[in-house]
Amino acid sequence: RYFPLLHGPGVTPKTIIIFELKAELNNEKKEKRKEAVKKVIAAMTVGKDVSSLFPDVVNCMQTDNLELKKLVYLYLMNYAKSQPDMAIMAVNSFVKDCEDPNPLIRALAVRTMGCIRVDKITEYLCEPLRKCLKDEDPYVRKTAAVCVAKLHDINAQMVEDQGFLDSLRDLIADSNPMVVANAVAALSEISESHPNSNLLDLNPQNINKLLTALNECTEWGQIFILDCLSNYNPKDEREAQSICERVTPRLSHANSAVVLSAVKVLMKFLELLPKESDYYNTLLKKLSPPLVTLLSGEPEVQYVALRNINLIVQKRPEILKQEIKVFFVKYNDPIYVKLEKLDIMIRLASQANIAQVLAELKEYATEVDVDFVRKAVRAIGRCAIKVEQSAERCVSTLLDLIQTKVNYVVQEAIVVIRDIFRKYPNKYESIIATLCENLDSLDEPDARAAMIWIVGEYAERIDNADELLESFLEGFHDESTQVQLTLLTAIVKLFLKKPSETQELVQQVLSLATQDSDNPDLRDRGYIYWRLLSTDPVTAKEVVLSEKPLISEETDLIEPTLLDELICHIGSLASVYHKPPNAFVEGSHGIHRKHLPIQHGSPVSAGPAAPIEQAQSVIPSQGDLLGDLLNLDLGPPVNVPQQSSMQMGAVDLLGGGLDSLVSDGHSHRIANNRVYLFGLECLHVHISLFIVYLFPQIWLPAVKAKGLEISGTFSRRQGQMYMDMTFTNKALQHMTDFAIQFNKNSFGVIPTTPLPIHTPLMPSQSIEVSLPLNTIGPVMKMDPLNNLQVAVKNNIDVFYFSGLIPLNIFFVEDGKMGTFLYFFIFFMSKDIYTVSGKLQNDNIYTIAKRNVEGQDMLYQSLKLTNGIWILAELRIQPGNPNYTVKHPPNLNSPHSELRSHLLFLSVEV
Amino acid sequence: MIGGLFIYNHKGEVLISRVYRDDIGRNAVDAFRVNVIHARQQVRSPVTNIARTSFFHVKRSNIWLAAVTKQNVNAAMVFEFLYKMCDVMAAYFGKVSEENIKNNFVLIYELLDEILDFGYPQNSETGALKTFITQQGIKGQTKEEQSQITSQVTGQIGWRREGIKYRRNELFLDVLESVNLLMSPQGQVLSAHVSGRVVMKSYLSGMPECKFGMNDKIVIDKAGKGGVTDEVGKSDLGGGGSTSGKQSIAIDDCTFNQCVRLSKFDSERSISFIPPDGEYELMRYRTTKDIILPFRVIPLVREVGRTKLEVKVVIKSNFKPSLLAQKIEVRIPTPLNTSGVQVICMKGKAKYKASENAIVWKIKRMAGMKESQISAEIELLPTNDKKKWARPPISMNFEVPFAPSGLKVRYLKVFESKLNYSDHDVVKWVRYIGRSGIYETRC
Repeated sequence: RYFPLLHGPGVTPKTIIIFELKAELNNEKKEKRKEAVKKVIAAMTVGKDVSSLFPDVVNCMQTDNLELKKLVYLYLMNYAKSQPDMAIMAVNSFVKDCEDPNPLIRALAVRTMGCIRVDKITEYLCEPLRKCLKDEDPYVRKTAAVCVAKLHDINAQMVEDQGFLDSLRDLIADSNPMVVANAVAALSEISESHPNSNLLDLNPQNINKLLTALNECTEWGQIFILDCLSNYNPKDEREAQSICERVTPRLSHANSAVVLSAVKVLMKFLELLPKESDYYNTLLKKLSPPLVTLLSGEPEVQYVALRNINLIVQKRPEILKQEIKVFFVKYNDPIYVKLEKLDIMIRLASQANIAQVLAELKEYATEVDVDFVRKAVRAIGRCAIKVEQSAERCVSTLLDLIQTKVNYVVQEAIVVIRDIFRKYPNKYESIIATLCENLDSLDEPDARAAMIWIVGEYAERIDNADELLESFLEGFHDESTQVQLTLLTAIVKLFLKKPSETQELVQQVLSLATQDSDNPDLRDRGYIYWRLLSTDPVTAKEVVLSEKPLISEETDLIEPTLLDELICHIGSLASVYHKPPNAFVEGSHGIHRKHLPIQHGSPVSAGPAAPIEQAQSVIPSQGDLLGDLLNLDLGPPVNVPQQSSMQMGAVDLLGGGLDSLVSDGHSHRIANNRVYLFGLECLHVHISLFIVYLFPQIWLPAVKAKGLEISGTFSRRQGQMYMDMTFTNKALQHMTDFAIQFNKNSFGVIPTTPLPIHTPLMPSQSIEVSLPLNTIGPVMKMDPLNNLQVAVKNNIDVFYFSGLIPLNIFFVEDGKMGTFLYFFIFFMSKDIYTVSGKLQNDNIYTIAKRNVEGQDMLYQSLKLTNGIWILAELRIQPGNPNYTVKHPPNLNSPHSELRSHLLFLSVEV
Repeated sequence: MIGGLFIYNHKGEVLISRVYRDDIGRNAVDAFRVNVIHARQQVRSPVTNIARTSFFHVKRSNIWLAAVTKQNVNAAMVFEFLYKMCDVMAAYFGKVSEENIKNNFVLIYELLDEILDFGYPQNSETGALKTFITQQGIKGQTKEEQSQITSQVTGQIGWRREGIKYRRNELFLDVLESVNLLMSPQGQVLSAHVSGRVVMKSYLSGMPECKFGMNDKIVIDKAGKGGVTDEVGKSDLGGGGSTSGKQSIAIDDCTFNQCVRLSKFDSERSISFIPPDGEYELMRYRTTKDIILPFRVIPLVREVGRTKLEVKVVIKSNFKPSLLAQKIEVRIPTPLNTSGVQVICMKGKAKYKASENAIVWKIKRMAGMKESQISAEIELLPTNDKKKWARPPISMNFEVPFAPSGLKVRYLKVFESKLNYSDHDVVKWVRYIGRSGIYETRC
């Protein structure tokens, strides 16, 4: 760094400037001094520290040049606080100026003194201020009124002690309108920090004075007065009406702030007017044109107006319902105006104007600004939800937009389509395929989550739902929490809908969520699902796949009490932010919140009644704890028509499998595998079984077993399976030491007791035994499935035979389903009665009957001892002794969720 | 209330900084610069909240005006004040530019001290301000003059000083309308409105009481019913040249200069006032019904393959053949990947302006009930850009010598009781100018 050679090191150019200025400030020539002060102010403006010149500048204060004086005062206001001791030097000059014959100078002095926040100076301020408050010149009085507010900001106690508040209150009755307006402004500000004191003392007399001043004062004064009026609570509707009558002319003011403040007063007092009165309706009509006119102002004012109109439209939609066209976006509106207009368009959309609105929105969706386009796409979705008649057109518009392949348009469209599904379940799912095509292009969490939700919710209609969800699972830990949570829920839904082939997937996601994630929300939700599935799958289903409340029409409505509060703040920053003042103003917690006035006299007050009505329709769109937990998102009901009990069975079946997730029980896992195996096998290998009333068969002919003949049959009595056998001794010697053993078989059938033959079997003697069976034995798949290999031993040898177990003995008594998949038209015939009666003896239950082309169809359910469900369609042709049994055609689909745990049999009777 | 007011140049250097409230620190100046002026993204809102401090800004050419507050202020008022501040500066030293602000910074500080006290806007009428903020000092004023100033600044008629004298009392009325249209490609009017202004130049002595009358439907209907027809008959300010012969127009809404007695308008719908001296805007109004659309644009855009676009645009004038529209300009947007354009037009001159991505077709004059056509072939460069061209609407500019709303001035009466001139001695002029606002046809 270089320094000027002349001054040596340590002397920076800055100090040279200060040095030069100092010299100029002390110049003899007045003009030079003035120029010097100007330079000082210029330096001050750009943030240079010129406080060291304080004494020199204050020296220039004693001048009759008003311009110079003002500059010096400007300097003082800036630096007095940092140099309080030197600031005292200026006091004399101020006090003197307050006595000046020129009212402009008196006012200037009192105005500046109030801006110097130095205690010692404020002490000296009191006397001059007192005089100025009673000055003969209104210009001085109006300045003094504001000065009281300044002093209150520095030392509130002093203002009260000195009685300035009373003087200020007296000024409300001043003859000059501007003095009144400034006094009102000062009192309003002071009273904000004294919430409980009745500083403003708004009584009908004072209100009258304010209303008179309102007609005469400057535009700014009108704003102060209107803002103050809005805090007044008229005692009855007559007073409210008379104030409204005097405020309405302000709606024609050129200043938009005057108009908005007048709107605020009117919106508040409307609450007090009886709804049926003519005046109430006239007033509503009068509010609309000025609000529209605000939109032809400068863009910034348009923005403020639009933010307020957004509130007004929510509070009183009737005011602007005819005016939707003025909210159509113009090509060169600033973006903030465009976005706000769009919001209001959606709020005003109705059946009457939806065609126009949609045409507009379609235009907007092709614009350049990304945010705006997104919002337009979202708006189309909102229209679909709001105006049912338009839903179809909206959906097709959205599909067109998806075809454009513009990435952010596609993503936004998918998000809104999810909401449309939630509003109109089972109506537009045909477009899911188109949505799935765009899966790869989704890179935003919102869109990914929406797509995942759709896949999970409609898993039963999407063939490769498991693959789709699995593809998301790969980068699970890189996804946002929102996507992770949705994915978890979607997979659980998928599992509950198609349990068997998605087990691995659900295990994977549960372990990712509970073991590998640090996110407590995700872990908690994972554990909840886990426990739910493992302890009570039926309830899990009821909870996760429960019918969800429909999405509400208006999603982002402002909560009614907040809306009412914001209506009290029309025109202010709070109305722009849509937040109560204490949310963005420091130290305002003590300030009482504003409320709309409540109508007196009538038992059911009109004011609060409306918000309550509204409250019910407002459902917070996000963040609802329960909704979020279950990822219901207040969506549509699950699309499962009445097949619950059957599916419950399926879940039951897998209960073991889930246990294994938790307890790692080996046996369960095996049992589960068995079932799995079966399911697949039964689908692919088309087994034919005979369900017949079997006559005893000879299982073991005597020639093969050295004289022992065994014939028998299987039966089921009182819920117990029996093997009914007849042992006949055709040999010449007696037989003893009988024992029986079953080979491993498909159903795990084993005898519960030893063979009950205790006495020797004499030659030519027969003995009938009933061997009770159960199905807890080891399992091995047999071919054919119902084959049972038996070994019988006696004192002679061991003999082997095999027999086919008719499936009907496995049919358990509780095999009746509550209801079946379809609702059928019943058509009964005698024939069917007989058949079904007979079948029912075998625990085959007829769920429904129908007649198709002269053939009677019976729909049957049965459940095997190992929990396997069998569904069958029995076709009975009159006069044809052959009955054909088929599985229902829709379940034939390889992707059907039922495939894994249902056996379908083709049975000939 | 307003806690501080800053003016920046386009680089974000502060030109004026005036702090009114203790809660606004010096760092606020930098916060705005960093977060708004130097922000990477385009400004998304004219109100910005940074660390519980709210910044309101407006921009005039490349000058930023920012008002700062930590309170829940009246937002509309802050913006109105900023606009007013610009008007006041313009009235004192012309264009609001960096150079002018730098040269007049002392004056600006003086003005800011006067029109904003502790953040409360005070009288900001330039007529009044110019009587005592002069940059000349106020040494020579007599006591009488001083009290006249203060009573004017604080008084009921803050916009006019006493003792104005003219040898010839004269007034000019300009009815300036801008007609806005958004039309679908099929010629359906999507939205149309006229926003109009009545600007008055008054050179009248004393404190004249004025009454303004126009063919407002409500007034005419009322007059018709009540049998008060004398005023309607005495229409001494005819002129204009609207094509429609309709008697009255429905005004959706109107706003008035603060000199107009609003309560009187509200009760009697009469517009009475004491005008400021010189030029000012008397009223603004808006109409949406029965608007005369001076031009109709019929677009035809055809995409020939991926590299060519054919555009044909017909404009039709729709007003009396005896009237002439001027400064007609049709702006036909072209895609960003345009490589060349060939234009043929029947009338006027047309040019492709690559920098503006548009074909600009200019016609100096065009009489009513005429028609003209332009056709263009646009060659396009092949692009990989998947995004479709947004097809901005075709916009139009023009000026016509009538009021598209149909508004007519019926009278402007002047009464000055103290001075000896009567309504008949005042020379009155009126003219009507209809201009295009946002006059767009989608294609």
